[in-house]
Amino acid sequence: MPTQDEGHQEAGRRQRGRNLAILAVLLGFVVLIYLITLVRMGGAE
Amino acid sequence: MTELSIDGGQRTAVRLAGCATWRDYVDLLKPRVMTLVVFTGFVGLAVAPGGLHPILAATAILCIAIAAGAAGAINMWYDRDIDAVMARTQARPLPRGLIDPSDALGFGIVLTVAAVGLMGLAVNWVAGVLLGLASAFYVFVYTMWLKRRTPQNIVIGGAAGAFPPMIGWAAVTGEVSLASIGLFAIIFLWTPPHFWALGLYRCGEYAKAGVPMMPVVAGERRTKRQMLLYTVLLLPLGLLPYVTGIAGLVYAAGALVLGGLFVVCAVRVWRERGRETGDRAAKQMFGYSIFYLFALFGLMVIDRSNGGFM
Repeated sequence: MPTQDEGHQEAGRRQRGRNLAILAVLLGFVVLIYLITLVRMGGAE
Repeated sequence: MTELSIDGGQRTAVRLAGCATWRDYVDLLKPRVMTLVVFTGFVGLAVAPGGLHPILAATAILCIAIAAGAAGAINMWYDRDIDAVMARTQARPLPRGLIDPSDALGFGIVLTVAAVGLMGLAVNWVAGVLLGLASAFYVFVYTMWLKRRTPQNIVIGGAAGAFPPMIGWAAVTGEVSLASIGLFAIIFLWTPPHFWALGLYRCGEYAKAGVPMMPVVAGERRTKRQMLLYTVLLLPLGLLPYVTGIAGLVYAAGALVLGGLFVVCAVRVWRERGRETGDRAAKQMFGYSIFYLFALFGLMVIDRSNGGFM
């Protein structure tokens, strides 16, 4: 039976999880754009 | 937002309204539907003549996946009222109150714009425009216009799900050709019997939600007759990739067997008295329809990688 305090902790944990997921997606996006740029500019051939 | 709610005065429960985990956002993208979309998109890309750098090919597949998921998120935003009524969709993040509807809409729009833009800039604009068209068709034509208005909803709306192999093809070739339209046509004709099989054993739920699926509006007999008609039409159409030179005889033989079994499924559904058997044949046909599409498109890639010379 969770209390209100535990509820806040759970909310914080979920928020952190979302933030980390967004960080991972943004890092992945940056790497992808970098790789695409290399390919499109002919650097990867 | 965290709030405390008292459940019947007996039990205290914490409801985390609008406090979703990242997994809930993944669920918003309909990952299971995405699997089929990504696979058929990949096949379109793999069997197209010419080549594409692996990074750009992966980007194209990623864009197809993201745009399909984003369209699913917008669909969930629009259909959140009926999703709450149907048992099949009640566990989705919006009916459960885990994600705010406006967040879901924003999430879908941002991802759609990003996927279409990236496809256009990184791969080519023919693929980008086709991806945008598929998303727009799914959201505006199927979800907002047809789904709640006509039993032909998934017949016409099914076009949205038929785009991926054409997009994959366009990513490589930069054009739309007869062969890629053939791939589109296969999924277009496959969609009605696939969804109507589901509709037969979920008929009550669709009726409760006010969605005019064919079994709800036209009844079982007419739906089953139409399912049989579509599978019979799909049998020769499945040979189009052989006719247009995408695949060889191995594929053609496989397509005939797979298509024949699909017709057998439809005949069994047609002969079944659903109330007595618990719609067993309809459930089997739904499962088989997914296998059919995976196997048919998988065969295309296998035959292509073998040279399709037989």
